[in-house]
Amino acid sequence: MSDRHPALVHAVNVTKAFHGNEVLKGIDMDVDKSEVVCLLGPSGSGKTTFLRCINQLESIDGGRIWVDGELMGYSDRDGHLHHLTDKQIAAQRREIGMVFQRWNLFPHMTALENIMEAPIQVNGEKKSEVKARALELLEQVGLKDKPSAYPAQLSGGQQQRVAIARALAMKPKLMLFDEPTSALDPELVGEVLKVMRQLAQDGMTMIVVTHEMSFAREVADRVVFMDGGVVVEQGPPSEVITNPQHERTRTFLRRMRQEEHA
Amino acid sequence: MTDASQDRPGAIHARPVPHPWRWVALALIAVIVAMVVSSFVTNPRWDFPFALQVMNFNPVLNGLVRGTILGTLGAMVLGVGLGVVVGIMRLSTNPVLRGVAFVYTWFFRAIPRYVLLVILGTGLGYLYSKFDIGVPFGQQLSHLFGLSSDLTFFSLDVNQFSSTLLMGIIGLGLSEAAYMAEIARAGILSVDQGQVEAAQALGMSSAKTMRRVVLPQAMRVIVPPTGNETIAMVKDTSLLIAIPVNAELFYQASTIGSRTLKIMPTYVAATAWYLIVCSVLMVGQYYLERRFGRGFGTGSTAKQGALRARLLSFQGLGGGGK
Ligand SMILES: Nc1ncnc2c1ncn2[C@@H]1O[C@H](COP(=O)(O)OP(=O)(O)OP(=O)(O)O)[C@@H](O)[C@H]1O
Ligand SMILES: [Mg+2]
Repeated sequence: MSDRHPALVHAVNVTKAFHGNEVLKGIDMDVDKSEVVCLLGPSGSGKTTFLRCINQLESIDGGRIWVDGELMGYSDRDGHLHHLTDKQIAAQRREIGMVFQRWNLFPHMTALENIMEAPIQVNGEKKSEVKARALELLEQVGLKDKPSAYPAQLSGGQQQRVAIARALAMKPKLMLFDEPTSALDPELVGEVLKVMRQLAQDGMTMIVVTHEMSFAREVADRVVFMDGGVVVEQGPPSEVITNPQHERTRTFLRRMRQEEHA
Repeated sequence: MTDASQDRPGAIHARPVPHPWRWVALALIAVIVAMVVSSFVTNPRWDFPFALQVMNFNPVLNGLVRGTILGTLGAMVLGVGLGVVVGIMRLSTNPVLRGVAFVYTWFFRAIPRYVLLVILGTGLGYLYSKFDIGVPFGQQLSHLFGLSSDLTFFSLDVNQFSSTLLMGIIGLGLSEAAYMAEIARAGILSVDQGQVEAAQALGMSSAKTMRRVVLPQAMRVIVPPTGNETIAMVKDTSLLIAIPVNAELFYQASTIGSRTLKIMPTYVAATAWYLIVCSVLMVGQYYLERRFGRGFGTGSTAKQGALRARLLSFQGLGGGGK
């Protein structure tokens, strides 16, 4: 595409409804390469839905999403949109890593097997090479002594770190995190955030849905506040979190602060 | 201070709860067992030595190996393979596949196995004496265009084929697939949707997701009722006589019975073989369950998982009632 948009993620007027209930009401969002964007917003504001739309776990009703210049889910031929095949959609997803709130590791595989699964099965890479990379990734997330542990033998924080390593094994251009720490006991949150912080420093492009204000303040290049299916305001964390312009943002942040201190 | 530590409660020496009824039950069972054993010994019609001989007669062994063991194996391979396919079709987004799977399950669950085997063994050869594989409507087409070939690639004499063990295996397997489809469907549905999403997010195709992620986890739920099905199939191979297949354990045993007029010992011989085969299968099932329980907790929790799955299999997932 000659008029390729410079942003890695370029979402324009994205709309999505579930059974007539409009959850996303025209989201515009650009995320540059190596940028870390934190998505904040009250429950039900559509943060999870938007993330899932980016890697097509949900289809969108309107608007367009481009990732690295590629239109997600459709091909644009002679002015008409054509649905992509399942294979083509799977190929697009390979470029995008996703980390879920409830980690979703494959319980019948060890930590190492979880990480090696997609590079071998999807990319057809050589097993020996993948294994070396997987062991490096385990070390990167601080679990080099756990390659043969099954998920059920790991703590929540350890499982989430394996899940991050599993996503990274596909060498994605973009990482999506959906509340990666909110299912964890408080004392396990830090170890996961540490891995994510390092990832941000290494230049990974990340969209992170989170309620961890200190993480957003420290790591995010930009904070996007969503409510009721629209982006209410966005900007550097120092502005949005410290000095929000909109009443809805202020109310949300006040409530978050109360919860933190409760 | 020393006083206080002496006051703290120490090791427990408690009397067990008395269970008088257990002893009563034990005594009762002992009496019944003694009565049965004494009748075995005193009633010459049991004739266990002869039963043992019958177990080792060549026709009986041939019936055991071919009809019972090979029949079970073949029917279960076909049943599980086809059943998993039909079960996946049942859950497909494609309405045509869903419909086909539904009709298949409906038909083969409704038809009694005995009736199915009689139809396949006798009725089919009467309707179609030859079974041709080729271009659909090949004979009509070649007639229409005046071709010399009738567009048939492969042709089978049904009358020769219909009374073979293979036909029996196909019949039992087709019937089994209907039950296995339901078991496979339940197993697939038991896998968390998050697993599918995680696999898709990694870029796996739906076929690969099914094969690498969903089915291995579904196996935990599928294996215990499949064990039930296999054991039921061992016994249902005695229906092969409907085809008729003569190389079958019970038919061979009872033939000897009617020839020698020692009916009961031959029944005992057949029963003993069924017990032995099923015991071996139960051991196999134990190891299969352990294999597919991998990663689902360790030690006692894995056992609980297997137990839960087994309970599930009794709650109607196992088909049953045949
Ligand atoms: N599969 C679905 N079917 C129907 N409604 C859905 C579905 N997924 C989400 N919704 C609805 O869409 C709205 C937005 O949900 P979403 O999960 O995106 O919110 P969220 O911002 O992630 O909230 P939270 O902070 O609680 O995770 C909610 O009202 C939810 O009930
Ligand atoms: Mg959410």
